[in-house]
Amino acid sequence: MIVRHARALRWSSRISAATAVAGLTVLCAGCGVVEGPTLDPKGPIALSERNLLFKATAIMMIVIIPVFIMAAWFTIRYRGTNRKARYTPNFDFYWPAEIVVWSVPAAIVVWLAFHLWEYTYKLDPYTEIDPSVKPLQVQAIAQDWKWLFVYPEHDVAVVNELAMPVNTPVSIEITSDTVMNSLVIPKLGGQIYAMAGMQTRLNLVADEKGTFWGRNVQYSGKGFADQQFQTHAMSKDDFDAWIEKVKQSSKALDAATYETLAKPSQKVPVTYYSPVEPNLFDCIIGKYSHGDVDRMPLSRKAETTE
Amino acid sequence: MTTVADMTISHRDAERYEEKDFGFWLYLMSDAVIFALLFATYLIMVGNAAGGPTPKDVFELDRVVAETALLLLSSTTFGIAAVALSAGERGKVLLWLAVTFLLGAGFIYLEIGEFAGMIAEGAGPQRSGFLSAFFTLVGTHGLHVSVGLCWILVMMGQVYFKGITAPVASRLMRLGLFWHFLDIIWVVIFSVVYLPGLL
Amino acid sequence: MDIFGRLTIDSLPFYSAVAASGAAVTVLGGLAVVGAITYFGAWRMVMTQWVSSVDHKKIGIMYIMLALVMLVRGFVDAAMMRSQQAIAYNNEGYLPPDHFDQIFSSHGTIMIFFMAMPFLSGLANLIVPQQIGSRDVAFPFMNSISLWLTTAGAGLMLISLVVGKFSTAGWTAYPPYSGVQYTPGVGVDYWLWMVFISGFATTMTGINFLVTIFKCRAPGMTMFRLPLFTWTIFITSVLIIFAFPALTVACATLILDRNFGFHFFTNELGGNMMNYINLFWLWGHPEVYILILPAFGVFSEVVSTFSQKRLFGYVSLVCATIAIGLLSFTVWLHHFFTMGSSAKVNSFFGTMTAIISVPTGVKVFDWLLTMYRGRIIFKPPMLFTIGFLVTFVIGGLSGVLLALPPVDYMMHNTTFLVAHFHNMIIPGVLFGYLAGYMYWFPKAFGFKLNEKWGTRAFWCWIIGFYIAFMPLYVLGMLGFPRRMEHYEIAAWQPHLIVAWVGAVIILLGMICLAVQLIVSIRERNEALDLSGDPWNGRSLEWATSSPAAPYNFAVLPKVESRDAWWDMKRRGVAYERPLEYEDIVMPKNTYAGLVIGVAGGIFGFAAIWWMWWLALLALAVIAGTIIYRASDDDDEFVMTASEVKEIEDARFEQLAKAPKNEMADEPGYAGDAAAEPAT
Repeated sequence: MIVRHARALRWSSRISAATAVAGLTVLCAGCGVVEGPTLDPKGPIALSERNLLFKATAIMMIVIIPVFIMAAWFTIRYRGTNRKARYTPNFDFYWPAEIVVWSVPAAIVVWLAFHLWEYTYKLDPYTEIDPSVKPLQVQAIAQDWKWLFVYPEHDVAVVNELAMPVNTPVSIEITSDTVMNSLVIPKLGGQIYAMAGMQTRLNLVADEKGTFWGRNVQYSGKGFADQQFQTHAMSKDDFDAWIEKVKQSSKALDAATYETLAKPSQKVPVTYYSPVEPNLFDCIIGKYSHGDVDRMPLSRKAETTE
Repeated sequence: MTTVADMTISHRDAERYEEKDFGFWLYLMSDAVIFALLFATYLIMVGNAAGGPTPKDVFELDRVVAETALLLLSSTTFGIAAVALSAGERGKVLLWLAVTFLLGAGFIYLEIGEFAGMIAEGAGPQRSGFLSAFFTLVGTHGLHVSVGLCWILVMMGQVYFKGITAPVASRLMRLGLFWHFLDIIWVVIFSVVYLPGLL
Repeated sequence: MDIFGRLTIDSLPFYSAVAASGAAVTVLGGLAVVGAITYFGAWRMVMTQWVSSVDHKKIGIMYIMLALVMLVRGFVDAAMMRSQQAIAYNNEGYLPPDHFDQIFSSHGTIMIFFMAMPFLSGLANLIVPQQIGSRDVAFPFMNSISLWLTTAGAGLMLISLVVGKFSTAGWTAYPPYSGVQYTPGVGVDYWLWMVFISGFATTMTGINFLVTIFKCRAPGMTMFRLPLFTWTIFITSVLIIFAFPALTVACATLILDRNFGFHFFTNELGGNMMNYINLFWLWGHPEVYILILPAFGVFSEVVSTFSQKRLFGYVSLVCATIAIGLLSFTVWLHHFFTMGSSAKVNSFFGTMTAIISVPTGVKVFDWLLTMYRGRIIFKPPMLFTIGFLVTFVIGGLSGVLLALPPVDYMMHNTTFLVAHFHNMIIPGVLFGYLAGYMYWFPKAFGFKLNEKWGTRAFWCWIIGFYIAFMPLYVLGMLGFPRRMEHYEIAAWQPHLIVAWVGAVIILLGMICLAVQLIVSIRERNEALDLSGDPWNGRSLEWATSSPAAPYNFAVLPKVESRDAWWDMKRRGVAYERPLEYEDIVMPKNTYAGLVIGVAGGIFGFAAIWWMWWLALLALAVIAGTIIYRASDDDDEFVMTASEVKEIEDARFEQLAKAPKNEMADEPGYAGDAAAEPAT
């Protein structure tokens, strides 16, 4: 008997050791994660997304924690060597248990579904953040392997740098002049794909000054790892000054310059352009659509395939 | 030593043929999904003419009607062959299989002509998304019909050399399923691809 | 036209030391296999008894051998990626982007198509006919074609390491990146053709098993008496038949785009890349369940056997399996919430995805309730099952989180996603298959696997899993994108180093598996399974001898309840010696399956390299073989009653030597079926 107990003990100690190792990993890892973009957002969109993550995680614990407890308890209690535990080899059906195991997860999913619809509508990246405020218009064009941001209202364009006034909604129209990309600035909100011949949109706002990294997160080839940029959220005055600075640029972004810029290149330094070829963004979309009406921009064409 | 043929295992054989028929139905269902997805793809792409020819410019009603007639007729003649099969009339089976083959070959001949004509006019599959989807959908059906033609030839050989044995009859029944299935697909192609394109 | 198409001497991997050594290992590995077979003088046996076999058990074993070889290859890829990322902070690491990108592409491709799929087909082949009391699958010859076409696909995968470069487009090959404009060369074509060819094989396997389970059950084996593993294979077969066509269409159209200038998915001339992504995931999501349902089946068998108790909630588990199967076709869009769909569409697919967690949750609770009031014996398969239960719910949690579109906007394309699906696939799929491998190994070979090394393998795998993948969740929260060859954010590196340590521990797990196999073979005489029922099992596969006779059952069993074999043991009708035997008709071995597989592989290779004459020749060989075979009505032979009697007499002689119950010496043993009161 002693041998058997020792064996059982060894099992349970092994299991708890494994759990401890796993827990420690998570804890140690936790040190860095609190400053990470997911848990420390700098804009209301990212904050809402995080809150949904927290809520859903919490509600899921209703299922997760019982599983952990039952797994540990049953494993130890009903180990074969424990002759004191009850043994009912024919126990294979019990109505109340069936009802609980179907209805509890189902109830959680109903709860989740309500939140899912509410948040998905609220956080739809196409939705304007504050209809009473005219957002800053930015056009983002994905290229191999860099981002070109055009400010059509200011007649300037920037490679690999994005600036925005703090507390002002920004509406980014996105397309690609190459393969599929995905634009994200994690501290401010989620991502959306960039596709050639099509336009997607991302509405964001920063509610704190600072510099946040953004990048393409959809693998796009050998320069993918370096396809990143900094986003500067600044005061209104600083932003105006920044626009002025860009306007001082000696480089104009005309069709010929654009062609050169669009060629594959890596680690492209921040470059300022002014003035910018009018309707550049629409032309880039247009060059892939060849007059096909259903692929013209400004409509939500990404939906067509559903 | 006994051989398989010596044994009276007709019940077992019947079961085997039933399994094969069931398996063949499953294959047809799987194939039907392929066609369904090609249809869906075609419907997504049909507007993407990219400034090139549109359905109205490339479809010819006369040819399509002729193709349809040939294929529908071939299904009927296959039906006659099947009736002859159950009557055990080997000669008639061969005759009507041959007629079916000729009708199917006529269909393929017309389809190749259609494709060649389109390509010559610069309306090949490389021209636009619409044409890629058109050639792939109709071409996949044509490929199936061609495989069906080879199968008819093989079965004619089997009927000729082996006679109407149980395994041969069982295979002919499945060939029939296949041939009628292709007919149904063609009817859908006619209604989804050609009719809206011509109207 | 050049007879070698676009194949030139530059296609050989002399441009990089890492690539050249990969090629060398592959070639030497192949030579070593050939050498070993020659050295042991085993060619005749290999040719006449194995590669030409249409016996489902041998086909199953060959599938699993293929899966284990590819598991090693896929793991090497994984270890190379973890090493690169652990060191590539602010430097280029040891792999250039081009090579790193090939590795993550081949890792995913191998693990899904050539590790998990063959493993699944192998377990199904080995066990399903025996579980339903059948002598064979419905279409033994087609089974052989499936095996060899799958092997042809895997062969192309290995050849891609030696001749030419592999795809850099990931295992999903999204256009337009995978289009010829952005990724010229043969890499994506390798991917396309190997997936296309093995996809055909899988479709045939699906048809085969659906018919087998539907039509070939023993008398009395009703659908609601089927063991859970067979149920899961049944639903998986349905999913295969309806989902794989989408993969076939996606591959075929991308092949046309790349090789013949079509415009399905190009940026220009009316292509629509979103259509590929829809087609791919229309297959891809059911595929996830195609992989995991059989693992669920294994867990159901294992948890019941080693808890020495009936499976709890059988009907619930069957209903949950069916529900998962149906729902799996309604969730594919959750792979691309970020493609710009409207809130309405995203909400719908998000909700469907959350709903699918309900039947999955039910299964977890039913397995736990099977352990409740059982007498659990901790054999390695049971350890994998418990490890699965605990770990899988974490993956379920992250899965439900990703099903919420707003959360997905943040986490998509990060390693949070990578951690999530590995959290489903390693503890879910792989643990299930490994549990099945260790559980059914004695049935295949007649001796048990070493338990000590199996237990060690389990601990290395589960601890390694946590240490390798929990950091990836954290990294995802830190915004670390997947598929990064190098990075410039210092906060990421510590987690990547921890993950690397996890990979090393998993390597130890791989080594334990290898040692387990070697030790078990060497010490097989101490662990012989003489009775055919080494675990005091409950379903019919334990009624046959280990390894089973070619015909499985000399007399087809009569099934009267669930847990059919347990029931027979309880009623005292197990091991009954029949008064007389009958003749049994068996399929003849044939090389036709192998010929079709080899020709299929050559066809793929020729099409990849544009050697069109060779491709046509290979197709002609395939067509000729099929026509020849279809005209051959003499494809069966009769095993006479006296031959059967000889085999069965030997079996009963062996049974007399076997202990009455091989589990009786286990400390946790609860008693045999005969001791159990009827209900």
